[in-house]
Amino acid sequence: MENQFKISSYCHVKQNKISLNGKVLFSVKPEESTFLKQAYKALNVNYSKFFKMDKLSQLAFLAADVLFQYENISEENQENIALVMGNKASSLDTDRKHQDSIQDKTSYYPSPAVFVYTLPNIMLGEISIKYKLYSENSFFVFENFKTNYFYNYAQSLIVDNKADKILCGWVNVDDEDYEAFLYLVTPNGDLQHTEQQINTLYNELWTL
Amino acid sequence: MDALKQELKESLVEQLNLEDITPAEIGDDDMLFGDGLGLDSIDALELIVMLDKTYGIKLTDPKQGRAIFESINTMSAYIAEHRTK
Amino acid sequence: MGKGVAITGMGIISAIGNNVDENREALFASKTGIGRVVKINTNHKNDIMVGEIAYTNSQLEGLLQLPETNNYSRTALLGAVAAKEAVESARISDINEYKTGLISATSVGGMDMTEKYYYEYLEDKTVQKYIEAHHAGDSTQKIAEQLGLKNSLVTTISTACSSAANAIMLGARLIKSGKLDRVIVGGADCLSKFTINGFKSLMILSDTYNTPFDENRKGLNLGEAAAFLVLESDAVVKAENKTVLAYVKGYGNANDAFHQTASSENGDGATLAMQQALKVANLKPEAIDYVNAHGTATGNNDLSEGKAFLRVFGDDMPPFSSTKPFTGHTLAAAGGIEAVFSVLALQHDVVYPNLNYKTPMTAFNLVPELELKKEAVNTVLSNSLGFGGNCSTVIFSKKQ
Repeated sequence: MENQFKISSYCHVKQNKISLNGKVLFSVKPEESTFLKQAYKALNVNYSKFFKMDKLSQLAFLAADVLFQYENISEENQENIALVMGNKASSLDTDRKHQDSIQDKTSYYPSPAVFVYTLPNIMLGEISIKYKLYSENSFFVFENFKTNYFYNYAQSLIVDNKADKILCGWVNVDDEDYEAFLYLVTPNGDLQHTEQQINTLYNELWTL
Repeated sequence: MDALKQELKESLVEQLNLEDITPAEIGDDDMLFGDGLGLDSIDALELIVMLDKTYGIKLTDPKQGRAIFESINTMSAYIAEHRTK
Repeated sequence: MGKGVAITGMGIISAIGNNVDENREALFASKTGIGRVVKINTNHKNDIMVGEIAYTNSQLEGLLQLPETNNYSRTALLGAVAAKEAVESARISDINEYKTGLISATSVGGMDMTEKYYYEYLEDKTVQKYIEAHHAGDSTQKIAEQLGLKNSLVTTISTACSSAANAIMLGARLIKSGKLDRVIVGGADCLSKFTINGFKSLMILSDTYNTPFDENRKGLNLGEAAAFLVLESDAVVKAENKTVLAYVKGYGNANDAFHQTASSENGDGATLAMQQALKVANLKPEAIDYVNAHGTATGNNDLSEGKAFLRVFGDDMPPFSSTKPFTGHTLAAAGGIEAVFSVLALQHDVVYPNLNYKTPMTAFNLVPELELKKEAVNTVLSNSLGFGGNCSTVIFSKKQ
C-alpha cells in the first residue's frame, strides 16, 4: 500500500547546470552570472513575470517548469499537484537586500518588489500562479535536506487523498551559492517513491 | 516633455524588469496596467517609490496611482506639474 | 472515522496579555492591545499603530532564567514563554515520555537582532553571538531546548501569515497517522523594522486602529505574539487521564494561485481551504457557530475573504469577527493566537466582538459581531490567509 507511488521525473540545478532525470539539459560556464536568464531563454519558459522574481523564486520556478514541460502538465489541466519544499537559508538572499535598503540612511527607499520576496513560500505561490495550482502547499526550513520528512509528508498527502501528484524538493540560495532539487511523486513512473531513492537522487546534486 | 517621457519609458523597463520590452516599444498613450503592458499592483507600488525617489513626489494613497499611472502621457503630465526635484 | 486530535494545553503571549488568563480577560473586556510603537526606534513611529508586547527582552530573559550569554532573538524568547505555558497547562511532567514533536512557525526569525546590531557585527564581538540566531530555524531549536525535547521531530514552517495554522494542520495529521503521540504546534513572530518597513512599502499599514470589514478600513496594524497548542492522541489522553480543552476537528490548505501578495477577487483559495476543512471535519457549513476571520482590515483581504464567506456559507453566515483589532496582525503567529482564542470561545461559549467597526461594506451584506456575545459555541472555524496565496482553515470543536 505505502509504496504504490513512484517518482516520475526529477530535476537538479547547480553550478550553472540544469539536468532532467540525470541528463544535463542546459549549462553555461561557472563564471557566468546570467545563468538563470540564459536558461529561461534556452528552455522556452516564455513567462515574462519570471524577470520580476527574486533568485530563489526563479530557481524554483525554472526547475518546476522543466519538470512540468517534460510531464506535459499545463495550466489548462488545473491539476491537483501539491507543493512541498524546504531549504536552509529561508529567503535570506532577498532579506539582505531589503535589510540594506532600510538601513541606508542617505537613500532610504525600501522596495515593495523586493519585500514581497522576503518569504520563502512566495516561490510556491509563483509556481501555483503560473500553473493554476489551487492545491496544498507547504514550506519548511531545515538545517539539511530531510529525506524522511519529505517522504512522510508526500505519503500522508497520498493516503489522505489530498493530492494526485506532489512536487517535492529543496531550493536554497545564499549569496553566490545555490542549488535546487525537485522531484515529482505520481501514481506512475519508473522509480519507486522510497526514502532510499529520494536520497540517491538528492545526492546526485553534488556530482552534477 | 519628450525627454521626460523617454526617461520614464527607460526607467519603467529598468525598474520593473520588463525584460521582453524595449523603451521604444512603449507608446505614449499605451495602457500601462491591465491589458496594456500588464503591470500589476506591486509594479504600481514600485512606481510610487520611483515618484518619491526620482521626482520628490509623495503619494500617500495607492489609489491615487491609478489615474496617474494610466499611460506615459498621464504620468509625465503629473510629474511635470508636481515634481520637487 | 479518523482518530481524534485533542488539545490538552495552550500558551500565549500577545499585546493583550502575557498568558492565557490575561488574554482571556482582555478579550472578555473588549480591551485592545494596539498603541504607538515603544520598543522600536522607527521612522514611522507617528504614522503607524502596533500590537506590542509589554515585556522587554531582558524581562523575558528573566522569566526564562537565561544566562547573560544567551543569544535568543525576541522571536525565540516569545516562543519559549508561550510554548512553556502550553506544556505546563497540559500537565506534562516528562516531555520525552511519548513520541513528541515541535512544529513552530515564524516569518521574522532573528531579524530583530540582525537589524539592531547591523552596524556593530563587524566590530563588536559581544553581539556577534546573534549572527547565529538569525537563521529562521534557530528560534524553533531554542524553543525545543527550553522544553527539553530530545531526539524529536522539530521543524520550522514558513508559509507567511498562515504558518501557524499550517503547523496545527501538520501536527494534527502526524497524530492521526500515528507518527507522533504528542506535538506542540504554533508560531512566534516579533515586531521588527524589517516588517514595519516592508508592509509600509506595500502601503497597507493603517495610521490608526485597524477596522476589519468596515467600508472605511485603512489597512492593518502589525503585532507581535507567540502561541502554542499541545495536541495529543486519544491513546495519550486515555492513558494519562487528560482534561481535553477542545479538539482539532478539521483543516484545509489551498493556494489562491492569483498574486504574490494580493488575494483573488472572489477568494478562491480561502473558499477551497474552508470547504476542505469542513470536509475533513465532516461538518456542514451550518454546523459552524463562530468564524474567527483572518480579517486584517486591508482593503483587499476583507473584500476577498468576505466573498469567500458568501461562497461557503451562502445566506447563513454564522456570527463572525476578526480579533486583529485586539492584537494586531501577528503574521506567522496569527494562526496560533487565533487558535487559542477559538479554544477559549469554545470553553466559555462566547463570540468575540469585531472592535472599531462602524460602517458596513457596500460590496456585500456581512456585518461582524459588535459586542461580546454569550451563546452556545460548539464549533469554531478559524482562517489564516498568507502571502504567496497560502490559505488555511482550521476547525475546532468541543466534542470529538
